[in-house]
Amino acid sequence: MSLLRKASWSPYLAGALVGILAVLSVVVTTVVLDKGHYLGASTTFVRASGLMEQVVAPQHVADNAYFQSKKVKIDWQMLFVIGIFAGAFVSARLGGSAKHETVPPIWRERFGDSALKRGIGSFIGGAILLFGARMAGGCPSGHGMSGNMQLSVSSLLALIFFMVGGIITARLLYGKGGQ
Amino acid sequence: MELFLGLITGFFFGFLLQKGQVLRFERQVGFMLLRDMTIIKFMATAVVVGMVGIYACHAAGLISLSLKATNVGAIVIGGLIFGVGWAIAGFCPGTSVGALAEGRFHALWAILGMLIGAAAYAEIYPSLQSNILSWGNYGKITLPHVLGVSPWLVIGAWIVAVIAFFTWAEKKGL
Repeated sequence: MSLLRKASWSPYLAGALVGILAVLSVVVTTVVLDKGHYLGASTTFVRASGLMEQVVAPQHVADNAYFQSKKVKIDWQMLFVIGIFAGAFVSARLGGSAKHETVPPIWRERFGDSALKRGIGSFIGGAILLFGARMAGGCPSGHGMSGNMQLSVSSLLALIFFMVGGIITARLLYGKGGQ
Repeated sequence: MELFLGLITGFFFGFLLQKGQVLRFERQVGFMLLRDMTIIKFMATAVVVGMVGIYACHAAGLISLSLKATNVGAIVIGGLIFGVGWAIAGFCPGTSVGALAEGRFHALWAILGMLIGAAAYAEIYPSLQSNILSWGNYGKITLPHVLGVSPWLVIGAWIVAVIAFFTWAEKKGL
């Protein structure tokens, strides 16, 4: 219990346990569901937006080729993403490491402490990154971790370009501030 | 059962993301500014441990691989677009919900943005099928397949590279 109450673990330990979790997930889902589930997150945002859009424009969603290919429904991965929220919540409470934050320090240094400005940045960044992740076929979970565990060529390529895009943009956006 | 397994797996994943401190904007952008390697330590350890397990289970016939197609055009362009958004938001799809759960409320706006980004991609997808998405498609391939070597050789190379990187990062205090 004392380990669970620690505010943080070594990233090597937490990462190694994620590696084991990822393998266990594929084995257990293969045995129980007859279909192995690899960890991933970004397709859930497609399904969730499809579920919401369905409320106002059901025919439009039904006719869309992308929604058809991803199947707009509540599935394993959507519950996985909800589980991330629950797990992070419990871990933060146990470790006393929950932190109310509306503007993170690196952002504040460059753009000031307006929560509105940060909210707009967060929103625009989120929209751009998910668009890109879907074009690339995955995010740092699906491509970065799950794909690279399988030694997939596509995932190594995706991870490299995620980093190239991120490093260049971060340098342009935040400069070398704070150092 | 499918939904229950998803929830429990996500719970453990979220727990470990939080304990590893990788949910934070500061850690994510800190990596992109090349001054904090926490997220790489976390991710690379997960990847090498996972690849040993995945290939051992695959060799034992327990599981099958689930690869994504190597369509170079879409991955390069989409990957770069992802990187731009990632630097601005400071979250990725998986970490955004966990960041919100640990009290970083600005992640909520990123999550809403992601839903809009997903809807926008669904709209534009039909017009990308004949161009970007079909540029340089090599199908579902793995590194050992392309190189014509045993997967264990590639895994060995990954492990050596990752340990060398960790040693360097620890020495530099990153």
